[in-house]
Amino acid sequence: MSTYGIDLEALQRRPIDSVEAEDVAISVEDLSLSYGGTAALRDINLNVPRRRVTAFIGPSGCGKTSLLRSFNRMNDLVNGCRLNGRVLLEGRDIYAPEVDVSQLRRRVGMVFQKPNPFPMSVYENVAYGLRIQGMNKRRKLDEIVERSLRSAALWDEIKDRLQENALGLSGGQQQRLVIARTIAVEPEVVLLDEPASSLDPISTLKIEELIYELKSSYTIVIVTHNMQQAARVSDMTAFMNLGRLVEYDSTDRLFTNPRQQQTEDYITGRYG
Amino acid sequence: MAETSGPRAHISGQFNAELEAATSHMLEMGGAVERQVLAAVDALESVDSGEAQVIIDSDATINAMEIAIDNECSRILARRQPAAGDLRLVLAITKVIIDLERIGDESSRIARQVIALSETVDADPARPWSREIAATVIEMLRSALDAFARRDATAALAIARGDETIDQQMDAAMQLLIDKMQQQPASAPSCVTAMWALRSLERVGDHARNIAEYAIYMVEGVDVRHTELETLLDWLPQTDR
Repeated sequence: MSTYGIDLEALQRRPIDSVEAEDVAISVEDLSLSYGGTAALRDINLNVPRRRVTAFIGPSGCGKTSLLRSFNRMNDLVNGCRLNGRVLLEGRDIYAPEVDVSQLRRRVGMVFQKPNPFPMSVYENVAYGLRIQGMNKRRKLDEIVERSLRSAALWDEIKDRLQENALGLSGGQQQRLVIARTIAVEPEVVLLDEPASSLDPISTLKIEELIYELKSSYTIVIVTHNMQQAARVSDMTAFMNLGRLVEYDSTDRLFTNPRQQQTEDYITGRYG
Repeated sequence: MAETSGPRAHISGQFNAELEAATSHMLEMGGAVERQVLAAVDALESVDSGEAQVIIDSDATINAMEIAIDNECSRILARRQPAAGDLRLVLAITKVIIDLERIGDESSRIARQVIALSETVDADPARPWSREIAATVIEMLRSALDAFARRDATAALAIARGDETIDQQMDAAMQLLIDKMQQQPASAPSCVTAMWALRSLERVGDHARNIAEYAIYMVEGVDVRHTELETLLDWLPQTDR
């Protein structure tokens, strides 16, 4: 105990300083990726901490979305895509031959830039993933739909509209519905690709608040063009440029005192 | 640590202009404060109460500058959300102007001692030490602002050395005043007044050191406040990168 009962250590603590080995959810090792011979990622090494928010920032074409998509093998769908290196989820290579990709995507959910609710009711949107898994018990479904909508901070707004078509919701509500659908199957990791870029400022803040809430249960990785958003929501930030990881550090450090001149130039608006 | 020999221009020319304006306003304030200190030292030298009153009256301008620059920095923080080096620059400016304003206050304090002295004696009892100490602290202040303007962390670190010189000069000045008071007890009131003036000059040196520390923070991103002199000097060669 220190003078005057002040907990100096707590005062000086940063939210996160570095990623400890035991806290790693996703580990990227020497990852390179190319589309039809054009390199998109070059020798990426990085550890994504569990139950934290990690942001990828960088100029268009820097590879941040490619890196995000490599975490649930979305790039598999692209013709001519070649990948070298490894991506480990909880220590296991997700590109190993025995991995069931749909099983992987259940563990690693993804939300895209444009809200993409299915053209069905709000309820069925959230229940969709569970039904695919063969769950039909009405009571259990009700329970998970409610819990997911609550987690997505949407329940109070639309609990009386569960049978309405999801396409009738506002953009911000649709995006939160998609997040509810993603977390209904209880993934370990949620990937967010520009989740707020098509939303107004209030909806954006709601999504950011939601991200903050969700990180106690999920590992979150977010790609964003909005640097202030990365600064607001993330614990760790990776700055990428031309397919390379330029700098990866605690968000605190990266936005106050980056180590690399390239990072400094980009986040202060001197890039280009 | 990013190598900042001096930042490139912003994509947003307007943002660039705002940062440069805040910096140059701070340096302008620094210049005004430096003139206040110089004038206070001159007034002390000649025990000129008229000059002293001008210094006291001019303090309002310094105070107004502090408020204006503070507002300028708040606007930049609110509207631009500066990051990294830009953020540290704005934070450093908001801190430097506090010390500058206090240096202005110390100048007024010296001026008030000059008025008090003028009613009792016609020469500063601490001469020639007040002149020496003044020269040291003015040099520290000037170098600190200069190091800030040139983003020179090495020069800023060297300013901490001025502290030792001031300590020695102050000891000598105090001894002189104590001797004087023992020999001529009647001079005690003016000697005490002179001590107050010296004390204010010493404080100017402390504020100059603070400004140098903010310059180091701005350039290197490390907070060197409350660090012992030896530690600072040990650190000196490392900044020569």
